[in-house]
Amino acid sequence: MVGTIRAALAAAAIACAVPLALAQSAADEIEKYRQALQDGNPAELWEARGEEMWKKPAGPKSASLERCDLGKGPGVVKGAYAEMPRYFADADRVMDLESRLVWCRVTLQGMSEADAKRNPFGSPERKSDIEALVAYVTGQSRGVKMNVSLEHPKMREAYAVGEKIFFFRGGPHDFACATCHGEDGKRIRLQDLPNLTSKAGAQKGYSTWPAYRVSQGELRTFQWRLNDCFRQQRFPELDFTSPASVALTTFLAYNANGAAFDAPAIKR
Amino acid sequence: MNHRHAIVLAFAAALAIAGCAAMQAGPSDAEARAKAAELMKASFKERGQAKLDRLTQDETQAACSQYAGKELPKDVAAKIEQANLAAIKYPGNGQYLGDWKRGEQIAQRGTGFQYSDDPAQPSGANCYACHQLTKQEISYGTIGPSLYNFGKLRGYGDDIKKYAWGKVWNAEAFSACTNMPRFGHAGILTEAQVQDVVALLMDPASPVNQ
Repeated sequence: MVGTIRAALAAAAIACAVPLALAQSAADEIEKYRQALQDGNPAELWEARGEEMWKKPAGPKSASLERCDLGKGPGVVKGAYAEMPRYFADADRVMDLESRLVWCRVTLQGMSEADAKRNPFGSPERKSDIEALVAYVTGQSRGVKMNVSLEHPKMREAYAVGEKIFFFRGGPHDFACATCHGEDGKRIRLQDLPNLTSKAGAQKGYSTWPAYRVSQGELRTFQWRLNDCFRQQRFPELDFTSPASVALTTFLAYNANGAAFDAPAIKR
Repeated sequence: MNHRHAIVLAFAAALAIAGCAAMQAGPSDAEARAKAAELMKASFKERGQAKLDRLTQDETQAACSQYAGKELPKDVAAKIEQANLAAIKYPGNGQYLGDWKRGEQIAQRGTGFQYSDDPAQPSGANCYACHQLTKQEISYGTIGPSLYNFGKLRGYGDDIKKYAWGKVWNAEAFSACTNMPRFGHAGILTEAQVQDVVALLMDPASPVNQ
């Protein structure tokens, strides 16, 4: 079924992208293509698999994740993602969703940290459990207003540090996140780039991740989004759930506050 | 309560308010920058050709990061431009222009220096990611200005060729904290590749100038 959907989407992409004379009309057509994608998002398959995994006993302790505390109390999934990253007293640190899932898999299910973090970004041959769990949990915040709190000093520190990471230039190309995401109305090739330093841009950009990527046939999480941005920045590889990734996520998520969360989405 | 106690109390209250304000504000700018550098060192691992030394900033990168999102002080901008201008290397054989056809390929190619890239392959400049260059290629980005008719508009003289060379080699020499990579300075392109890219911009026969 996914294969069929992908083939249809790919055909639509080619039909839309090729014969246009002007870039503006191309951009308009791409917007129509994006709209057309919204019907029938294969991300639902990841959400369903994630829900099953959430509820099924697993790991050495043969426990489900239904007692996992995502910040609104054990087992409360509805609306939890819209308030993440957040400070967790039990871990005494700021965690994004992926970090918290690792924490719950270790503490509740008895997995080793290495097992809990294994295969964070899946492929058609090797599906990722984490991507499925993230799809389920984030889907339970669909329509909920982003509401990340900086009340805790460690959240304020994560936000301030995340902002610095956003503007950090490095590598052979001098790239920072801000190189591509610091101004309104820019695109790379024909791809629109959200200005993540503006309220509207951060809201639009952040509230539509995770997403099913048509070009990859996989659902990708926000950790993946950051990882692949840094690859293109020519940086070394960002470690999954690393402190820098959580700080940067805190900066972006807080800037998106007030947006109605609208993911898992679907992107080209 | 005597006078002395009142002063002590007032002082304590003032301290508490100041303390709260500091907490509310979070870490200072310099503290956040230092913490970010420390966290980044702990958060990346080398992969393929992308080693951890890529997180060590040179003076230009450090200054541009520090003032990002704020107004760049004039003296800092001048210092960046002077240092980068002095570092430009002009072509050893005196030829600014190579082959615009090879330049077009370099402008189209987006790979090079990512950990997912093969370091044995020549890297591209990916000019089209950010610039319009020719009428034929409609898939171009808008982070940089349009370079369509670059030579035709400015003239094909040696001074413009030299300027185009410098801009491709090290854009920080002309516009401090520009988004454009320093293709020659950073070793992204070879000298011969820069010649080809400059030909794409400056050869009267190049599609850029049609």
